[in-house]
Amino acid sequence: MVLELQKPRPIWQIMFSTHHTDIGLLYTIMSLAFLFMGGALALAIRVEMFSPGPQFIADSMTFNRIFTVHGTNMIFLFLLPFASAVGNYFIPIMVRYKDMAYPKLNAIAFWMLPPAAALVWLGFADFGWYAQPPYSAISAPSPAAEMWIFGLKIIGVSSILGAINFIVTILKCKHPDLPLSKVPLLGWSFLSSSLIVLVAIPTFAAALLMLLTDRLGVTGFFNPAMGGDPIAYSHLFWFTFHPEVYVLVIPAIGMMYEIIPRFSRKPIFSHSSGVFAFVLLSIVSFASWAHHMYATGMSFTEKTVFMVGTLAAVPASAMHVFNFLATMWGGRAKYSTPMMWSVGGIALFFSAGAGGVVNTAMPLDFITHDSYWVVGHFHLFVFGTIAFGSFGFLYYMFPFITGRMYNELWGKVHFVLIFIGAVLVFFTQHILGLYGMPRRVFDYPEIPEWIAMNQIQAVGAVLLGVGMTIFLVNLIYSSAKGKEANMEDPFGLGGKYYYPYQAKNPHHD
Amino acid sequence: MSGHSNWSEWVYIGVVVALLAWVGAEAWNIERLVEHVPENAEVIKVTGQQWFWTFEHEDGTKETGELHVKKGVPYKFEITSKDVIHSFNIPDYLVLMDAVPGRINTVWFLPVDEGEFPIQCREYCGLIHYNMRGTLYIEDGA
Ligand SMILES: [Cu+2]
Ligand SMILES: [Cu+2]
Repeated sequence: MVLELQKPRPIWQIMFSTHHTDIGLLYTIMSLAFLFMGGALALAIRVEMFSPGPQFIADSMTFNRIFTVHGTNMIFLFLLPFASAVGNYFIPIMVRYKDMAYPKLNAIAFWMLPPAAALVWLGFADFGWYAQPPYSAISAPSPAAEMWIFGLKIIGVSSILGAINFIVTILKCKHPDLPLSKVPLLGWSFLSSSLIVLVAIPTFAAALLMLLTDRLGVTGFFNPAMGGDPIAYSHLFWFTFHPEVYVLVIPAIGMMYEIIPRFSRKPIFSHSSGVFAFVLLSIVSFASWAHHMYATGMSFTEKTVFMVGTLAAVPASAMHVFNFLATMWGGRAKYSTPMMWSVGGIALFFSAGAGGVVNTAMPLDFITHDSYWVVGHFHLFVFGTIAFGSFGFLYYMFPFITGRMYNELWGKVHFVLIFIGAVLVFFTQHILGLYGMPRRVFDYPEIPEWIAMNQIQAVGAVLLGVGMTIFLVNLIYSSAKGKEANMEDPFGLGGKYYYPYQAKNPHHD
Repeated sequence: MSGHSNWSEWVYIGVVVALLAWVGAEAWNIERLVEHVPENAEVIKVTGQQWFWTFEHEDGTKETGELHVKKGVPYKFEITSKDVIHSFNIPDYLVLMDAVPGRINTVWFLPVDEGEFPIQCREYCGLIHYNMRGTLYIEDGA
């Protein structure tokens, strides 16, 4: 059985286990813990910004540390580990193998994260999640900066180990009767994102070491006072982290590919189109990194190249959206909680993509760059798309993990509150950016439009906070006291729809 | 399960690609025009440092935190930084360019309305980034 909580075990049995579902459970719990911690930081930021002048955050240094840890935490300690959680539960099942290819390596990759998280949280660095030199090299206070660098270094190694494990599991351990082309799209999404990790991460790993030696004063790679170039860091950083966006988006889309056909009670419109779009997206994700850097003084030709590279990523994303809509079209959709999150996520994914086209069109980028527009734009991806896909999938996995059902009504209330909150916060941020408000500011002048829009955001943020509290209570209460799930068909969709539970059962009872 | 190609998907992809091509071509064309600096533009040297802006006019006069320019005269900003990366921004005129130490970036603008306009820093640069502000005064030059 997939579910592991039904027969109670002492916690240390799970902690020292190398079995893929146990590691998956550890990843799930850890990523959710950091989701709520990072969310609290976000709420603090939005309440602080409610009106001009300091509210309750004492000084700008504290504020700067808060947005830095919020960003670092959400990307590396929530989104990334949550994807690993899903992969650990489902990839071995989907390729019909007993475990991950290297179970011990799998456990090591997980256990690297808590010390890395401790470094990030206890250091509480202040240079933003991309640690732009020369500020990060010459100005940012120690030891927070060093702790952040070492924390990220460990996370990088952990994700490379995880990626190797997924790739080998899918390519080498899949059942001989299962051709690669028939591997479910969730499996394909992990194959694609893991390959991106292998190509992308080493560049940032190098940049981190260079940044560290710069801070120690023994080199000047990124320090113009010593003949270095800070823009070189930007290239190394974004070469890793533009593709990294896809490392997070692609598994979330894979999760939607699990949910949409099942709850539409219809086969996926086109499996091959989904595979093709994943592979295409993985390749073009490497052609657009410098679209973050137009305003650093790039030449017209450079900007043109990266604009074309960025636009090239859109058709593949659009193919996924088409595939989802065509699957839902004419289906007998059941809007249970997981389905609502997926559909909401697709809607926000579409808006995020449309905004991305605006950002990359060269003249418009100079209007949106480093303003609140950009904050709204990437939150539509990381929150509106990736976290939405993840929440939906967590509800979907819930009966398989716990043997119980979450409360459906509160699951839907959670969705409605978060959807409204997300629209209020992130759409408003786009408009606020057009009104010229810079990102990462502790305080702002008394411009009436800015005040109004920051207040709308604060209201949205409180809705998000309430929604997430309901989520947390639902998870805790239902995993202990929820009603027993019908494991043959927990969502009442009719029996002929494939469940991971059924796929696993024939092999070992 | 898989593999059925469908004309509707191809039409859809065609429309998306056509839209993207149009956006790209327009962007290319407009950017080419806005980047063309008029020959008679006066040069203003802009220096960012933690946490204020200084300006040096062609005639050698210097200003800190305030910039006085004349209506109807095109100006070319030569922007750099003394310490960390800042970003020189006049939101009302859509002027935005990073101030990078060791580099000189240029951007130009043409003041058309008399008045006071905010200048701000748009790239995170440390403690007082939020208040790295200045004022642009556009005056009647005639
Ligand atoms: Cu990017
Ligand atoms: Cu600045």
